[in-house]
Amino acid sequence: MPAHLENEQDLVAAAKAGDSDAFVRLLNQYSRHIYRLAVSITGNRHDAEDVLQEASLKAFTALVDFQGNSRFYTWLVRIAVNVALGKLRKRAMWKESSLDEPRQGEDGSFIPLEIESWGEDPEKACLNSELQQILTEVIQTLDPKSRTIFTLRDVEKFSIEETATMLGLSIPVVKTRLLRARLKLREELTKYFGKDARNAMPTSRR
Amino acid sequence: MRCRQVVDKISEYLDGELDPELVRELERHLEHCEDCRVIVDTTRKTVEVFCHTEPAPLPNDVRERLNQMFAQKFCKEDPS
Repeated sequence: MPAHLENEQDLVAAAKAGDSDAFVRLLNQYSRHIYRLAVSITGNRHDAEDVLQEASLKAFTALVDFQGNSRFYTWLVRIAVNVALGKLRKRAMWKESSLDEPRQGEDGSFIPLEIESWGEDPEKACLNSELQQILTEVIQTLDPKSRTIFTLRDVEKFSIEETATMLGLSIPVVKTRLLRARLKLREELTKYFGKDARNAMPTSRR
Repeated sequence: MRCRQVVDKISEYLDGELDPELVRELERHLEHCEDCRVIVDTTRKTVEVFCHTEPAPLPNDVRERLNQMFAQKFCKEDPS
């Protein structure tokens, strides 16, 4: 979750009073976070740009109704998530099952297969830009619902309750999906960072 | 506690939301189960790497189009 702008309340007040520069400054603070969130949810950069533009316009139009009960960023994320989910629903992806369903035991629990400790920490094993590329790729191995839950909870650090509210899901559903998402991503990242990793790194820095 | 239960409780354990008695059981299991230690450790690292990685700057062309969109909108709303 990005840091607060120091004068955020003043900027919000100015933007509500019609100061377009103040709104642009607010937006510039958070646009890369909204774009990353949108790439994670929609799975592609073209749709993510649409989400960023549409959510920004909606936020500008709805700003008069913003009561300041939450952070401006939280409010903006809610708008962006709704826009992004609208895109997924149009593509009928929200209810679609993953092509790669998690392996489940008879009682429905996830069964880990990759049991291999990691070598260096990922932050040390590759450049930040390479790491971002890997994270963007592996998160797309999740189904849309799971990657949206994971992104809101573990990337943007919203609580389980906030995540459930934003997505209109129950808390048990969010917890179950989050657990499976974490375990699935752990396996995908083990292919890169495990001591006997099979995947080539984006560069030859391994 | 068995390995399967450890996997089911990893999220709550890592989030600090697991009942203290279950934490003790889980950690007792980890003391003698290498596989579960690896799974817990790499799951923790997975969450941390996503949580700690800052997003890349907005691509220049995306930023330009966003700014253009607002410039046009503000122009229309305030012709002066």
